[in-house]
Amino acid sequence: MANRDQPVLEARDIEKWFGPVQALKRVNMSVYPAEIVALIGDNGAGKSTLINVLTGVLQPDGGQIFFQGQPVHFTTPHDARAIGIETVYQDLAIAPHLDAVANIYLGRELLRPGLLGKLGFLDRKRMKEETAQQLSRLRVRIPDPERRMSTLSGGQRQGVAVARAVMWASKVVIMDEPTAALGVAQAGMVLDLIRQVRAQGIPVVFISHNMPHVFEVADRIVVLRLGEVVAELDPQRDSIDDAVALMTGSAKAGAATEVA
Amino acid sequence: MADARTASAQAEGRTRRELMRRLNFQSGWVFLVLLLLIAVFTVREGGKFFDPVNFRNIALDASQLTLLAVGATFVIITAGIDLSVSSVLVFSAVVGAKVMVRLSGSPEEVRNYQFPNQDIGIPVGLAVAVLCGLGWGLVNGLIITKLRLPPFIVTLGTLGMALGAASIISRGASVPYVPYDVQTKIGARRIFDFMPVLVVVTAVIVVIAIIALHFTRFGRYTFAIGSNAAAARRAGIDVDRHLLKVYAVSGLLAGIAGAMDIARFATASVSTHSTDNLNAISAVVIGGTSLFGGTGTVIGSVIGTFIPAVLRNGLVIGGIQPFWQQVVIGAILIVAVYVDQRRRAAEERM
Repeated sequence: MANRDQPVLEARDIEKWFGPVQALKRVNMSVYPAEIVALIGDNGAGKSTLINVLTGVLQPDGGQIFFQGQPVHFTTPHDARAIGIETVYQDLAIAPHLDAVANIYLGRELLRPGLLGKLGFLDRKRMKEETAQQLSRLRVRIPDPERRMSTLSGGQRQGVAVARAVMWASKVVIMDEPTAALGVAQAGMVLDLIRQVRAQGIPVVFISHNMPHVFEVADRIVVLRLGEVVAELDPQRDSIDDAVALMTGSAKAGAATEVA
Repeated sequence: MADARTASAQAEGRTRRELMRRLNFQSGWVFLVLLLLIAVFTVREGGKFFDPVNFRNIALDASQLTLLAVGATFVIITAGIDLSVSSVLVFSAVVGAKVMVRLSGSPEEVRNYQFPNQDIGIPVGLAVAVLCGLGWGLVNGLIITKLRLPPFIVTLGTLGMALGAASIISRGASVPYVPYDVQTKIGARRIFDFMPVLVVVTAVIVVIAIIALHFTRFGRYTFAIGSNAAAARRAGIDVDRHLLKVYAVSGLLAGIAGAMDIARFATASVSTHSTDNLNAISAVVIGGTSLFGGTGTVIGSVIGTFIPAVLRNGLVIGGIQPFWQQVVIGAILIVAVYVDQRRRAAEERM
């Protein structure tokens, strides 16, 4: 893997408390260029908390986040987005009444040049063209980028949501359960899409409960259990059974696998 | 043969659907209702109804409600509601008229219908009316966004507050001694000797609203918030700020309608316009804007305002009890919501 020694994004000794409950216990996790790293764990393992810390939704109580080797402090999700970290949320966060173009450019609309732009006039033509390019680059096929999202299938909507994230993510894409609500064929499409993102040189953090999906696309698997990183698996060498055993705690960390 | 015919029929259906979508005409049938009304009254009443002067009167009568409906369109597209506009209109008219009287001359002078300072009083009074509307709109928007209360409750509260305040200020009576120049020189002024200036102002505002809703970032945010406020927030849109602007616009337009009240009638009274809020909302809904937010058009709301106006006018000219208008509009409203629900269900099935 290229540039193995310099992570794009690194969490070091992250701790997070919710009242008396410690949700994250000195968690270490790195994201390297052009890799797909899966984050797995049972419900309550701390996956969402860790993601929220990495994207500025939550502030850690201890530890430090590094971006390209430099310490960073995200106080809002805007901070994380501003340096090129985009998140695809589980519930997609699309506006169903708007079309794909409007959704991809939501909050980042291109305005017409000159006076019209100053008055807030949208540059629809340019947004439409660039959306079409982006969708074809990622091989997302939808009938018409100017059709309301509510008329698209679940997989197509997911495709648009991912395309939006990739369009604005110059550094890291984080995907929270992107295949959870999808049928087999649609999930396959999204997994292909994740590989497309990696092919563009952008690393993907992929959170999922679905072990076959994780083992199909991930280069590396980080296992969280009760707020701790208990193992880091190699999908080529380790098995789904190993992962499940580590997630549920029926296997002790380090017994069958390398410890992160 | 049969196959070919089916295929061409299908293609035709597709083109027609495409055309409807391109025109952004979710409520094409409502426009047909309006045309049908005009056709029926033209056949029944002939030149008495189908007459430029009569159409002008309809437009003048509908202009204030049109402004309220334009504001309500933006509010309802965000999945909100503004019940306060009828009281805000009245409050703006009363306060504007009071200020106008006060500035136009001393109490003795105005009581004798002398207005030495009306050149200051009239414009300032009208401006105050407009600003009062803006002020109530900002109050609505601030309470809704800062206290996180449902717009229905907040604007129901300000509906009562604005009317009560207007009644206190006017002591429950019409504001007297308004300089009649406001009526003769502004309210009754016509452009090209034909079109009332109030209708022209309304038309200009309608055009600006259409452009703002469908071609600018302001409109895009309005739709996005109504469609999925959480998604808009995550996309970095300052949802609260935008909602504040939308309610401010609604109040501002009610204030302009209040200023028009002074100009039309050279007085202001708390006993008028009491159902304008509901009439504006039903015009918006008849025009195809969904109460659930995320979709709607300004032009639909304008059509939705003109259907009752044309109906009332035609019934009066035909010597039929105009109360039929309320019966028919109620029915059209129900049909409009039914059509909206069917459309949304059909879309989800696709």
